[in-house]
This record gives sequence, structure tokens and C-alpha cells, in this order.
Amino acid sequence: MSNKPEQNFIIEGANCGSCVAKIEKALKSVQGANNVEMNFAERTVRVEGSVEQDTLIKAVENIGYGAKPMSNKSDQDALDEKAKSDDAHYKKLMRNMMFALGVGVPLMVYGLIFDMSVSTTTQRIAWFVVGIVTLMVMAVSGKQFYKGAWQAFKNHAANMDTLIALGTGTAWLYSMFVVIAPSLLPEVARHVYFEASSMIIGLISLGLAFEVKARGRTSQAIKRLIGLQAKTARVVRQGQEQDIDITDVQKNDHVRVRPGEKIPVDGNVIEGSSRVDESMLTGEPMPVSKQADDKVVAGSINKSGTLLFEATHVGHETTLANIINMVKRAQNSKPSIGRLADVISGIFVPTVMIIAVLAALAWLNFGPEPSIAYAVVALTTVLIIACPCALGLATPMSVMVGVGKAAESGILIRNGESLQTTSKITTMILDKTGTITQGAPQVTDVVTFNNADKNNVMQLVASLESSSEHPLAEAIMQHAKKQNVTLSKATDFDAITGKGVSGTVNGQTLLFGNKALMDKYEIAVDEATEQAHSFAKEAKTPMYFACNNQLTALIAVADPIKEDSAEAIKRLQNNGIHLVMLTGDNNATAQAVAQKVGIDDFIAEVLPQDKVNEVSKRQQQGEIVGMTGDGINDAPALAKADVGFAIGTGTDVAIESADITLMRGSLHGLADAIAISSATIGNIKQNLFGAFIYNVAGIPIAAGVLYPFFGLLLNPVVAGAAMALSSLTVVTNANRLRFFKPNKS
Amino acid sequence: MLMINILGAILIAAIIYWFWLYKPKQIQTDDNTVTIVVDNGVYQPGNIKVAANKQVTLTFNRKDSAPCAETVIFPALDISKSLAMGDDNKITLPALKAGEYDFHCQMQMYKGKLIAE
Repeated sequence: MSNKPEQNFIIEGANCGSCVAKIEKALKSVQGANNVEMNFAERTVRVEGSVEQDTLIKAVENIGYGAKPMSNKSDQDALDEKAKSDDAHYKKLMRNMMFALGVGVPLMVYGLIFDMSVSTTTQRIAWFVVGIVTLMVMAVSGKQFYKGAWQAFKNHAANMDTLIALGTGTAWLYSMFVVIAPSLLPEVARHVYFEASSMIIGLISLGLAFEVKARGRTSQAIKRLIGLQAKTARVVRQGQEQDIDITDVQKNDHVRVRPGEKIPVDGNVIEGSSRVDESMLTGEPMPVSKQADDKVVAGSINKSGTLLFEATHVGHETTLANIINMVKRAQNSKPSIGRLADVISGIFVPTVMIIAVLAALAWLNFGPEPSIAYAVVALTTVLIIACPCALGLATPMSVMVGVGKAAESGILIRNGESLQTTSKITTMILDKTGTITQGAPQVTDVVTFNNADKNNVMQLVASLESSSEHPLAEAIMQHAKKQNVTLSKATDFDAITGKGVSGTVNGQTLLFGNKALMDKYEIAVDEATEQAHSFAKEAKTPMYFACNNQLTALIAVADPIKEDSAEAIKRLQNNGIHLVMLTGDNNATAQAVAQKVGIDDFIAEVLPQDKVNEVSKRQQQGEIVGMTGDGINDAPALAKADVGFAIGTGTDVAIESADITLMRGSLHGLADAIAISSATIGNIKQNLFGAFIYNVAGIPIAAGVLYPFFGLLLNPVVAGAAMALSSLTVVTNANRLRFFKPNKS
Repeated sequence: MLMINILGAILIAAIIYWFWLYKPKQIQTDDNTVTIVVDNGVYQPGNIKVAANKQVTLTFNRKDSAPCAETVIFPALDISKSLAMGDDNKITLPALKAGEYDFHCQMQMYKGKLIAE
């Protein structure tokens, strides 16, 4: 019975948009409930006001839906809780291990020095006592295995507990049988295996304990991301500054951050200027300067000045929260490479039980004396060594570390499948603007014809382009701003895809765009041809301007190549990836840029739909195609490619639309993504191999196939150790990936 | 020896019947809402009949601290969720087409099935 000023509920049964209005209405009708806001995507609702929790739940239930109070646990709390429960589990397993090995090790040492056979009455009494002590080990340290096995058995399921319970149970029952009725067995078979039961339980508990520890480390990336979240925020409300809990920050709150503090939520800067370290989100080491109107994101660190900003995204809506969610989702998905292991482990345990019975029968029928003892050893060993848990762990552990590793480098991978495909890419298509180049073109030259005035030309072009959203328009506007041009109103504005724009300014009909636009309107451009060619050779894009159907000016715009593009392209080529550059620019400009960065294969003057066709064409040629673009106009091609890489600034759109989002602008992110993907897939393969070897090689050896040739039969204790080691090997090998560093050369 | 061999063959037949051929009892839900207890290596109930074309809400009550119990996966639906200890693990599945949907832990040690009809 709580009575809070703000309460959050999870809504059940809301399947359609119209439910939102119904639920909000029902909650608003409750006396005392003020602001009611439902998030349909998350099926959650937030209610402000002092109302009993139960009253609100009843109001929702009365109209046929369900409501459950949302857990107030923050990600950090949930993590702390998990760490605590892992720690308790670890300690319990270690206690179990110590008791079991405390009994098992002395017994095993005794067995190595003396014979563990039962012949005299004194020996029978002594071994009976040992048997009871072993039973205590099984009941205390091994309790969880037997309980699990019984539960599974009742449900017609078999799991790793089944194998452990059967293995250790067989060894103990046989030994007890030897102690109680030795006369029923041949003299050579009167041997006890109590040490095996204790040792197996001890070793498997030790393996599990190590596994609990090592698993905790694999989710380090998520922990680090969650750790980036600030705990409090300094908000300015009614002119007063106050430190409040991060969960209480509302949209539109004004938030102040001082030098050295973490940005608590996403927002737009209102006042102040500073340099902000966004490296933990983007992988970009240099701090970025921020001033009024710039965006800041939660988790980044304010370095130099004080900033006041308006909160735009809070709580689960921040970019950081989105990233954490996406990494969690991706870490939980599996690439197809792991499916085979799934199929195998699904039918594994009953199959192993059958193999164990067959092996025991084979020893009884054809084995040397004491065949019954050999049969028991083979049965126990096969059951113990066969546990497929390492197989089940092999893929998810590596994916978890790989995806986390990528996130730390500013690479967001959507799922396990794209992680796998990335390692197989043979052709990478790169969009030029914004990918290879900075995507922020600048006007470099203005050449006029027919005695036109340069200032007048800029005034007309800028007025026309003020309605356009094209990156080139931005360059024109910047240039016009520098020259203090006063804009006029443009009418009849039309953007002609892939060609340019048209419209009317001050009663004059204007066209501004590429040669294709001029051709379309049959405007003679001969006098500009030579100049256009020479611009193109310098990697400048010539734009034609026609006023009242007469060529008036040629404006050159250049988009500077990113500093490290050439170096990153070399890295990709060194990995054997064929690179193709696509651009809407003319051939000469494209050639100049391609030459500068070292790409041989390029296609100029492509329209957005041509990019998709190019991807399809290469795919039909049998290539595994990656497409890299800056997110919005490249979206169809990104979707069509085997793996789409969006060069984004961490916006929601970019995160949602591509298979992989590179948070920083540099193409090195692309090379890193491929390197991390290859390393992860390599790691999965090693894990699968490791796990298969334990099972595939271990089972026949345990069953005794080597005995006729080398006289070799595995000891059940060795099988127990091998089984514990197999999971540990897999988890440790996956953790090794955490130290992977992409080769920068 | 013959007896032992016959016993062995019966044992193998019993394993095949018990784990592969036996059709476990189904639990039917009235409102497509089920609470599944994760304990001692199994999901209980583990064989659940739900209405097709209607959203399904599953609440996993995890009592088992074993690492295997930590994640539940619905491979056909591409859903994977970490389960915290306790009963606050709610998973809302989209309206399912008629058919069988397996769910299991990462290691496939814990297994369950949803039958949408």
C-alpha cells in the first residue's frame, strides 16, 4: 500500500492503439490522479498524484486490462542484486566443493597407495562407514544435482543433473553392494568406488563455482555502460538549483552540469560552452566542443566549462539507455553457427544414457574379468564425461563478450546473425558523402556567366536553397551567411531527386543542380563545360545555376575527405575486402575522391534507387555485400545489403535502422567492426571445437574403445574433472576475447 | 548373461519411451496468462496450451540460482530474456499463429513448449 507522488505500472492486455486512450481515461477518472501518460511501445503507464496503488490497479482492471506496479529497481540496482546472488551462489558451491573434496581426496590418495578391495570383515565395516560418509557428501554437497535430476525425470526431461546423479549414484550403489554382499561378486570385482562419487561432486561444484565467477566477467561491457549513468542531476526549477535523483528528472527540465561532471540525461544546450568527452559512447577519443543548440547525451563527461541544457530524453529514452538495451538484446541472440550445437544438445542426454547402457553391456559380454567392475566404471565414466553444458555455453558466451567489446569501441551490433555475417563480407559498398568525406560540403568557387553579379547569384541561390534539406544546400547557406546575404521568399519550390531544385524567387524562374537538371530543361551549358571539368578534377562538385532558362553561374562545392579515410580503407583492403564507392556526384569528382583514398572501383551519378540495385547486382554475383552509409538516404541499400552499417551520431533512427551502427564518423570503426566480428566468430569456433572434443572424443574413450588397443580406460574421477574443465575452458576462452585489440595497420 | 542383456535392452527401450516418445500432460490456460516456476532444472509447467492469435503473458518465477536458469530463449520468436531471481520476470509474447513453440535455457537443459491452438 504505497502512496507516492508518481507511480509506474506495467499494463497487461493492451494490444491496440485505442487501448491507450481507454486506459488513460480510466486512470484520469480516479480522484487524485493528475498527469497520466501511457507508453504504448513499452506497455507502461506513469501516473502522478497521491492515489493508493490498489485503486489505480483496480481502475485498470475494471476496464478489462491488467496493471502491475513496475519494479523501481534501476539497472544499477538489478546489477548489484545479481552480483550479490552470484556471490552467494559461488560461496555455496565452494563450501560444497570443500566438503566433497575433503572426503574424496584422502580416499583417492588411499586408493593410489593401497588396494580399495573388500575381503575381510574389518574392511567391510570400515568401507561401510566410508560409504555412509560418502552418502552424506552426496546428500549435502550433491543435493542440488539429485533434486534437479528427479524433477527433470518427473517431467520426462533429462539434463546435466541427470548425468551427474546417475554417474555418482551408480558408483555409490555398486560400492555399497560390494560392501553388503561381497560374496555375490567374483573376488576380483570386490572393489569400491566411493572416492569417485565424492570427487566428481567436488570437481563439478568447483567447475560450476569458477563458471559463476567467469560468467560475471563476460557481462562487463554492460556493467561499464550502466556505470556511465549519473546517479543525480542538478536541475533548475523555479530559479532554484537542486540536486535530485536521476529518475526524477523530467523532460524540459533545465539541467546544469559543471566541469568534470557526467551529463545525466540527453538534451539541448541552452547556455554556456564546453568540451564534452563522448568517447565512451562513440569511441572517438577527442572531446567535442558544445555550445548553445548543440545536443548532449547522457553518459558523456563535461570537461571544461559549465553547461545549462534542456532535457529532451530522460529515463529509458536516453541514447545511453537505448544502447544498453540494444547491447543486451544483441548479447542474448545467437548466430546460426550455434544452431547445430542446439540441435545436438537437445537430444544429447538420453542418447548418452543409451550409449552408457550399451557400453556396460559390451563390457559384461566381452570384457575381461572382473567384467562387472569394468562395466560399472564405463557406465559411470560415460555418463559423467558426456555432459553437454560446454556445448550450450560455447556460442552465447563469445557473442556476449564480442558484442560488448564492440559496444566499448562505439560499434553497436544489432544481433548475433549480423555479427556472424560481418566476418564473411567480401564486398563493401561505401557511400561517398558523409562516409568517406566529412559530409559537410563547403562552397569553394563561384564563376558567373553573361555578366551576372556574384552577390546577386548567391542571393538567388541561397533563397531557393533555403527550402532544401540537401547537404549541398547547407554549404550554400553557410556561404551566404558569411556574405550577409538577405534572403527572399522562394515559391513553387520543387526538389528533383538526384538532379537538383527548381523554384521562383523575386519573379525569376530558377534552376540549381547538376548537368542532368540542365539537360532536362534544355539549357545550354557549353560555355561552362571546361570550367566544370577542371573543378571535377580537383574533387569539387560543379553545380549549375540557371536563371530564366539561361546559364548564369557555376558554383563549386567540395566535401573534404575525412583525415583517416585513406588509412582505414587500406586496412579494409588488407583484409581482402573489395571496396566500391558510390556517389551521386559526377564521374570526374568521384574519380578524384576515389583516387585520393585508394579505391579502384567506383560508380558516379547514382540515384538512391541505383544504390539498392548495385547491392543486388553484387549479391547476384555471389558476393557477401556490406553497405556503409550515413543512415537516412541510404536506408533502402542498407536494408538490402547482407550487413548494413550506418554511420550515425548515435541517434535513435540510426540505431534502429541498421544492422550495425558506427557511433563515430571514422571508417576505422568499420574495419574494427569486421575485425571484432572475425575474432568473435573465431572464438565461437574454438569454443565449439573445445566442447565437441570433450564430448565426441571423451565418450568413446570413456566407453572403452581404446582398451583393446592400449589397455586404456578412463577413471570416473578424470571424467568428472574433464567435465568441470570443459565449461571452464569455454567461459575462459570467451573471456580471452575481452583483451582483443583490432590491428590498426 | 542373457537376462542381463534383456534387462539392458528393456532399459534402453524405457529411456527411449520416457524421454522421447512420452507425450507429457498439457496445462491449459484460460486467459493466456501463465506463471512458470524455474526450479531444480525444470520449467513447471513445461507443456502449456494457449489460445492462438492472442497475446500470451508468461511470468517466470526463478527459484533456481544455477547459471543455466538465467536466460530463457524462444528461438522461433527470436526472444531471449535474462531471468532475475524471483517472480518479476514477465514476458509478453505477440499473438502466436497455431503451432508449437519451444523455449529453453541457453544450454537446453531446461525445456518447455507452448502449443498455440
